[in-house]
Amino acid sequence: MSTSQSKRRISNGAAFMIAVFVPITIFLIVQLFSDPAVFLTTILKSLAMGSTYAIIALGFVLIFKATEVVNFSQGALAMIGALFISFLVADETIPIVPWWSEGNLVPIRNPIYDLGLPSWMAWGLSFIVALFFAALIGLFLERVAIRPMIGQPLFSVAVITLGLEISLRVLANDSAKLKLRNTNTPWSGKGFNIGDNFLYWSFFAAMIAAAISVVAVFLFYRSKLGIAMRAVARDQEAAMAQGIPIGRVFAIAWGAGAALAAVGGLFATEPPIKQTGAVDAETSLVAFRALPAVILGGLDSVQGAILGGLIVGSAEIFAGQYLSGYTSVLGAGYPLVIPYVVMIIGLIVKPYGLFGTEEIRRV
Amino acid sequence: MFRRPNLYTSYQAETQVLPTFTKKVIAIFAIVALFLMPFDVPIISGPTELPILRSIPLIGDGLPFFRFLGDAAWLRYMSDAMIVVVAALGLNILTGMAGQVSLGHAFFLGVGAYTGAFLGGHATDSVYGHGLPMWIWLPGAGVGAALVGIIVSPVAVRLRGLYLAIVTLGLVFLGIHMGNTDWGRKFAGDPSLGRSFPEMDLRVWKEETPLVSISEKGSWFGVEMSSNQKEFLFVAAVMLVFIFFAVNIKRTRTGRALQAIRDRDIAAEVMGVAEFKYKLVAFATSSFFAGVAGALYASHIGKMPAAQFNLILSIEFIAILLIGGAGTVAGTIMGSFFVILLPELVKDFSDWLSERAEGEGIVASVSEVILSGNQGDFGPISTATQTPNYPLNVFDLNLVLYGVLIIVFLIFEPLGLYGIWIKVRNYWKRWPFSY
Repeated sequence: MSTSQSKRRISNGAAFMIAVFVPITIFLIVQLFSDPAVFLTTILKSLAMGSTYAIIALGFVLIFKATEVVNFSQGALAMIGALFISFLVADETIPIVPWWSEGNLVPIRNPIYDLGLPSWMAWGLSFIVALFFAALIGLFLERVAIRPMIGQPLFSVAVITLGLEISLRVLANDSAKLKLRNTNTPWSGKGFNIGDNFLYWSFFAAMIAAAISVVAVFLFYRSKLGIAMRAVARDQEAAMAQGIPIGRVFAIAWGAGAALAAVGGLFATEPPIKQTGAVDAETSLVAFRALPAVILGGLDSVQGAILGGLIVGSAEIFAGQYLSGYTSVLGAGYPLVIPYVVMIIGLIVKPYGLFGTEEIRRV
Repeated sequence: MFRRPNLYTSYQAETQVLPTFTKKVIAIFAIVALFLMPFDVPIISGPTELPILRSIPLIGDGLPFFRFLGDAAWLRYMSDAMIVVVAALGLNILTGMAGQVSLGHAFFLGVGAYTGAFLGGHATDSVYGHGLPMWIWLPGAGVGAALVGIIVSPVAVRLRGLYLAIVTLGLVFLGIHMGNTDWGRKFAGDPSLGRSFPEMDLRVWKEETPLVSISEKGSWFGVEMSSNQKEFLFVAAVMLVFIFFAVNIKRTRTGRALQAIRDRDIAAEVMGVAEFKYKLVAFATSSFFAGVAGALYASHIGKMPAAQFNLILSIEFIAILLIGGAGTVAGTIMGSFFVILLPELVKDFSDWLSERAEGEGIVASVSEVILSGNQGDFGPISTATQTPNYPLNVFDLNLVLYGVLIIVFLIFEPLGLYGIWIKVRNYWKRWPFSY
């Protein structure tokens, strides 16, 4: 492809972006001046939504960067993670009804709550333990289903994750159905008012969690292991020749990805995504809602995941707030498909996402 | 073997639809068996009269896996599977042949179903419908889906690999949402109940009594037949036409171009294969198959909501392709029957077990261990229809099985059932020598 051609395409893309973004910006400025309080809450809400998407998107990116595979089972992992959190912090039961208990749940007591710590600290500790368990699940799945596929076509590995998704989601759904699985966060249901608009603390918790995850991921990529992971992503064979243990790198990527999914799953049970604060069948769908964020940002870019998450999240919230007059045309629940519309428009302009590396094809 | 199976003396001989004598025999046998299947076949379809067989405990009153021949419920499952063959062959052209991974096949099935309903369905206050005859709505459904495929393909052609998979995944979500909007409901009907779809009756135009009635029982060529049997025969005929089409496409210029794109798109382009054009053709053909299959499927089921054309259905098609063997027509057919009949086999098996569990003896005790009637019983299959927990009920167990089967096949037998068949064939080809 000659340079002049690629230059022309970029300028076309820029023109397209301007054509899309200028009217939106003008519309938003008008809204800002007509009702600042609503606008402010919408912005905070969309930041929270974007942060939740960004956390899940980071999980996708972590796994993609190491293994070059989109992990379609991220949603199931998010739900399993959220369930672990719920088991540890909310109700002292394990989800399986064993044959000796004659149909009753078996009570187990989380020992962290007996230490005499303040409740928020006990919650935090249990949360970390739950993340650890979620990471173990990730390691296990990688060992069982992904490791045997090293060197196979990427599509096959992606389809394996699809297989994991269906199986795990059914199992997770069945353990969530037995009783209400609250995640009992210290901030659950609480918040404050700005004018007439209620703001949940969970909005800010999501933002903080996203910020911590982003910093952690950035620091991780600076560590020796992170560099090894980047090398594996670049060229598996060359990395192996340099003595990098590819299997271990894959395992760590999956473990970290599963832990991030668990954090995402926790925030998927809270506002702005849901009001109940309980894990249910919808929790696993959050990954499919975050998928457009990853694709829009570019599958292999951490910045892309954050920006993609924010764009998609804000598009969803703002469309829900300001287009609600057109519900009869757009259909009830239209904000849920806005991420996909944004993704398709974005991909028409940039086929590899905003920050994704373009695949260089050699003849 | 009658002669050396891989020896071809001319190009024409090699590119025949059925190149070897054995294949011709198998094909004829399969077609005869297919058209005999809806009718009662004495020994297997019911309890045997032979006293020797009756005394054997397990197969005394019909084998659980083989007694379906001629059974009305099983005929419906078989028709389902044959319709799914048509749709899966479509995905095979796109994914197996042209290498474009699509998770949006359910969307195209849905487009076909509602195009068919729009053309052939009966209008009510809440839904559209023009009541046209089947020779219009069935091809029309395919053409409608193909048009949508052509509209989508310019976006799809620019994308590669997993990006394409995820965009097509987006189509599924968008499609279900469109079925929920006020204007979408005019096509799709109520979001929870769905609308009624046109019936498979051959008419010349909109007259009252159809020329050939398929949806009502009657006699064909002097044989009394139920509607299930008639539908089975009709669907089987449609399936054979599409199988021929799918086999034939591989022998043409288009088929070779698609395979060249799959193997190395940039090399194909260098060799003069117009990538854009052929990807568009692949999308259009695949959607045509999906559209026809979708209309048939909806008509066969009778009433279904738009939410049925969901991601699970798309994954089911991917599973069919991978379990059967991607890129091969025979594999796709095997995969379709395997994936669609597996849930019914599991269900039939658990029903059969629960019948046995009532009695006494070793079979009863084995059945009791496998099944769990009450919550807390130790057994992998639950007989209750709605259990909120483990053990899983039959429906959930099937979904888990799908997932596990996809994983197991990809890890241990990437060529799928077709690969297993090749191994078995090669074993017998060399028999009694090991190599």
